[in-house]
Amino acid sequence: MVYQLLNRHELCDYYDLNTNPGQSQRITVRKDKFSFLEDTGIQQELIHFKDDSTTHITFYLPQIHCSSCLYLLENLHKINAGIIKATVQFTRKEVDIIFHHNILSLRGVAELLTSIGYEPYISLQQLKKAKPRIPRTLIYQLGVAGFCFANIMLMSFPEYLGLEKAEQELQYAFRYLNLLLALPVLLFSAEPFYTSAWKSLKHRFLNIDAPIVLAIWVTFLRSVVEVITDTGGGYFDSFSGIVFFMLIGRVLQDKTYQQLSFERDYTSYFPIAVTVLKDDTEIPTALPSIKPGDTLSIHQDELIPADGILTKGRAYIDYSFVTGESLPVLKEVGELIYAGGKQTAGTIELLTIKEVAQSYLTRLWNQADKPAQKEKGISFVHLLSRYFTYIVFGIALLTAAYWWAVDTTKIWPAVTAILIIACPCALLLSNTFTNGNILRIFSRNGLYLRNAQAIEEMAGINEIVFDKTGTLTTTTKHAVDYTGDALTIVQLEAISALAGNSRHPLSKALVQHLGRKRIPVEQFRERIGKGIEGSINGSRYALGSQQFICGTKNPTGGTRVYVSIDGQLKGFFQFHNFYRDEVSALLTRIQPDYTLAILSGDNENERYQLEKMVGKNTTLLFHQQPQDKLRYIEIEKEKGKKIMMIGDGLNDAIALQESDMGIAIAEHSNTFTPASDGILDASSLGKLDRFLLLAKGNKQIVIASFVMSILYNIIGLYFAVQGELSPLVAAILMPSSSLSIILLTYGASGIYARKLQL
Amino acid sequence: MGVIILLLIASISVAGIFLFGFIWSVKKGQYEDEYSPPVRMLFDDKPSKKSSQQ
Repeated sequence: MVYQLLNRHELCDYYDLNTNPGQSQRITVRKDKFSFLEDTGIQQELIHFKDDSTTHITFYLPQIHCSSCLYLLENLHKINAGIIKATVQFTRKEVDIIFHHNILSLRGVAELLTSIGYEPYISLQQLKKAKPRIPRTLIYQLGVAGFCFANIMLMSFPEYLGLEKAEQELQYAFRYLNLLLALPVLLFSAEPFYTSAWKSLKHRFLNIDAPIVLAIWVTFLRSVVEVITDTGGGYFDSFSGIVFFMLIGRVLQDKTYQQLSFERDYTSYFPIAVTVLKDDTEIPTALPSIKPGDTLSIHQDELIPADGILTKGRAYIDYSFVTGESLPVLKEVGELIYAGGKQTAGTIELLTIKEVAQSYLTRLWNQADKPAQKEKGISFVHLLSRYFTYIVFGIALLTAAYWWAVDTTKIWPAVTAILIIACPCALLLSNTFTNGNILRIFSRNGLYLRNAQAIEEMAGINEIVFDKTGTLTTTTKHAVDYTGDALTIVQLEAISALAGNSRHPLSKALVQHLGRKRIPVEQFRERIGKGIEGSINGSRYALGSQQFICGTKNPTGGTRVYVSIDGQLKGFFQFHNFYRDEVSALLTRIQPDYTLAILSGDNENERYQLEKMVGKNTTLLFHQQPQDKLRYIEIEKEKGKKIMMIGDGLNDAIALQESDMGIAIAEHSNTFTPASDGILDASSLGKLDRFLLLAKGNKQIVIASFVMSILYNIIGLYFAVQGELSPLVAAILMPSSSLSIILLTYGASGIYARKLQL
Repeated sequence: MGVIILLLIASISVAGIFLFGFIWSVKKGQYEDEYSPPVRMLFDDKPSKKSSQQ
């Protein structure tokens, strides 16, 4: 179907670009799915710009993944004349579309995208105004600092090399130009340090930026005094150089991952609008305006946005978003349905009993928001810099006292020189560069941390809490055993063919286990929540729950699918959770160093298998509700443990927030993950122990390079206390110490990572 | 000596042009999407079928 469309518009290049473009279209979209886009109120929230004939809009298309996508989307104007221009932002997976709204409606655009396989993802979050763009100020500041630094360096050469008396005027020109060039560095580029220092002083806390700001200003003032009184050339080059290097460190450390979001809340999961039934007419309504008492019509594959009572139809709800558990749950008319699940079997009607913002799930989120402002630990760098600052002030005072007694004219040069030399910039440099490099190494290996502070949190962890479903186990595979009368190959093939007709996760797992077979199935019937049956080669096969096949129900262990042939019970397939390959080895490796706990929302069927994997020392808790997980973490924290929580799904969200370090597992890059301090690619779970080691190495590297910088400082201080810090010595000492520290931190973290095979 | 001052001004203004170019390129968002522009450059409009069959 897509091919025909493309062929008609001569866009077949699409298929030549990549051998396997596109993803098979699994879901056909309901006809009225985008009818809410005709609501002007919703439209206004989504579009950026509108004039008489054109509209500008940005859609998020999670399906974008290759150059063919880019080609197809940017040639959208060939498929429909209403489109003027489409521009893809690949890293953000967004497309900016300009279209004639007289020819094509907004809904039409969404449907056009859907028809070629790129269904726009429109979530409630977009109602709350566009997300902020990445701040570029830091980049401008870095550019300006680099420009000024290079020019000042160039113009400081004559000063160092010595000028003749006759060229006195030239010297003035150089000096005043330097002064001029240093101004933008002082007033614009160094601004991030001022803000940070001011913030920390307001909280009565001395962070590393405060002494740095002091050193920046002292250097500048002393240089100005020297230039004006014609006593020297000043230290403008060292001053701008250090600001430049520190800014580079900051940029490296603050690198963000555009395609990931660490701040998700329920609004990014929920649809923007839902169909409300009023007097037998369907009205698309924006989520915030849904009131208790409204009747919602939820279609196949739609998310349930508010808690409600099922009034019509049969709900078969997939809560994998919430719990990580892939098996749908059957609900009958009259039962309460919690928000967050996805309806998987036909249309249902729901009587809302709570507003969206008051529903069970959203309340969990709002609860999680409060501890979100928790004070994360203070970086050891600030503490270290504080001691350092006290010592430096002590030395400065002693020197001042000494020169006051001996030669008062030397107080000013000696004290300012000490403050310049003793700036803890080396510490800041080594910290930002090491962090930046470690973040880069992590991301290359599939761990994306929210910020650099998370590395330190990670190094201090002494207890690791795992969620089971979806974290230690994978929902994409099951381990399957068969118990009962032996089945022939023909029978197994028939079972596979029968299961192949159903979209139930267990049927899919069974097909995966048995291998896909295409045998015609006659009289196929699916009984939602019970099982499936059909005739194959004249025999009647049935698969399903114990109640469906045997008529009785024993609440015996685990997930089973019973098989009967021609009404005769043959046996059952037992489904076990499939643990990720690396899990067992990982748990054994980290066990000696960390307290481990596994919290599961499931029943205790898996206890034996888990105990075999982790031994008796690990806390295993079952039937854990989201609040239970939260409480467990609170109790452990009170015992003074530093906890890393690894989980997926919304049910872990509050526990992730409460823990010292919350890591969300993502099966692939466009899965949605709850708010966390880090996102871990599921296939990299086995590297967790090595990530922890590298995070610990971070601190040692920073301290080692700090010690090295102190050596430089001692050499500098030796000159400074005597009041003899010549600009040349300063000009050599400052950049060379900075550069060697950068090299050391980069090299050491790189070598350590290689040793850990990351 | 006057020549040196002149050269100085020239060199700083050249550097200034580059600084301006850098700021402009960041503002235009050239560093935000590193994937699409190089790929986009390689797509060419295919001549329509009729003309290519000659």
